[in-house]
Order: sequence, then C-alpha cells, then structure tokens
Amino acid sequence: MDLASISFLILAAILVGSALAVVLMKNIVRAALFLAALFGAASGIYVLLNADFIAIVQILVYAGAVTILILFSIMLTQNPNSQSSNPGNHQWFIAAIVAAGLCAAIVFSFAQNSAIANGAGNAVTAASTNNTVVIGNLLYSPTTYSYVLPFEIASLVLLVAIVGAIVIGRED
Amino acid sequence: MLLSLNSFLILGAVLFCIGLFGALSKRNAVSVLMGIEIMLNAVNITLVAFASSSTGTAHGARLTGQIFAIFIITVAAAEAAVALAMIIAIYRRRNSVDVSEINMMKW
Repeated sequence: MDLASISFLILAAILVGSALAVVLMKNIVRAALFLAALFGAASGIYVLLNADFIAIVQILVYAGAVTILILFSIMLTQNPNSQSSNPGNHQWFIAAIVAAGLCAAIVFSFAQNSAIANGAGNAVTAASTNNTVVIGNLLYSPTTYSYVLPFEIASLVLLVAIVGAIVIGRED
Repeated sequence: MLLSLNSFLILGAVLFCIGLFGALSKRNAVSVLMGIEIMLNAVNITLVAFASSSTGTAHGARLTGQIFAIFIITVAAAEAAVALAMIIAIYRRRNSVDVSEINMMKW
C-alpha cells in the first residue's frame, strides 16, 4: 500500500468520524470545532486529488471564515436555560432512515454503473501542470471557453449577501 | 484499488448522508446549518474527484469540476453569512433558535 492510499484512508476516517461527531455531539461548541477538523481533512482530500487551489481556498473560506461565523453565532445565540445546547428533534429516527436509505441508494447506483465500478480512470493522476494557472485563465480570460460571466455573477451574489446580512442582522 | 474514482465518490456519498441526517434531525438552527455545510463539502469532494479523473481534451475541460467547486464555495459562504444573520435576528426577537418553535410563516 503506497503513501497516497494510506493518507486517503486516514483522511477519510477523520472526515467520517468528525462528521459523525458534528451530528451526534451534545455540546454545540464541540460540534463546531469538529466541523473545523472536517474542513481541514477535506482540504487534505483536495491535495490528494491534485486540486491545490481548491485546497487553499477550502482552508481560507471554510476552516477560516465559516467556522468563525458559526462560532460567533453560537456565542451570540447561547441559551443558558437549555441543558444540552444541541438537541435532536422528535423526527430523528425518520431522518436516520432517510439518510441511510439515500446512502444505500447512491452506493448501489455506483455499483450498477459499470464505468465507475470498473474504475474508469485513476482518480489521482500525476500532477501535470499548475492547476492554479489554468483555473485563473478559465475564470478571467474572455475566450470562448471561460467562466467570466458566472464569475461576475458570483461577485454580485457576494455583494448582495454582504448587504443582506448587514440589513437583516442590524439592530432596529 | 483504493484511489480509484469510486472510493472518493463513496466517501462523498457517506458524508452527504451524515450531513443530511444532521440537517433533518436537529432543533438548533445553527446545527441545521452545520449539517448543510457538511453536505456542501461532500458535493465539493465529489466534483473535484470527477474533475481529476476526467479525460477531457478541450481547453480547460479537465478543470470544470474544480471551477464548479469554487462557485459552490462562494455561494456557500454567502449562504452561511445570510443564514447566520437571520438566526441572530430571530434570536433577538424571540430569544430562541429552536427551529420547531419558529413558526411565524406556518399556517
């Protein structure tokens, strides 16, 4: 077993374990900290898949910004009366059945799809070129095959989200 | 063959279902949002796995999955900011973030 397979196993174990911890923890602050661990392990998976730019963006945006946002909103909405800060609702049993059924259906459909089941292409290819340069060309250069318009729309979405968050969250 | 496309897809599916369970079974609104973030990460892993196993030859076609992942990260960050602002506004007004008590729009 080579090094990449071992690191995939370790990262997958961290991912699934911390996802289960996020879902099952009684204390919501601990759940949020396990969420940060999950984001970091997902970044490792991206490195394994030769997606270095996505890995760095994952650290910056998710492990940095989103975790801080979630921790701040936990801090601002703490209810001192409740014994456990992260309670489940009465439909958790149905939710477990739905999630397990969906997981089984997805894995079963992977097994049915012969192209995927036969391992069409090794997912981890040798690092050929610098992915970041190609992504930058795709996002910014107005050629026939680029994503300039979605990129501009995404910046508009971010602007609307900033203004909307300020308007919704301010005291009146 | 551990590093085939299949193992990454199964990892993404398992993560997605754990996140779905969290989003469906929690009463704290912030927990529901954390479940949704897990689901978005699972989809990102799936997209990047497809991108790195793609054999497209067109200019940049191999990286389309990664571009999609970047847009998902952008929209997820915007969604998290707006959702948390709404949670804080609801908490200020009702002193609770229990989603089973938030029924202002229910009839």
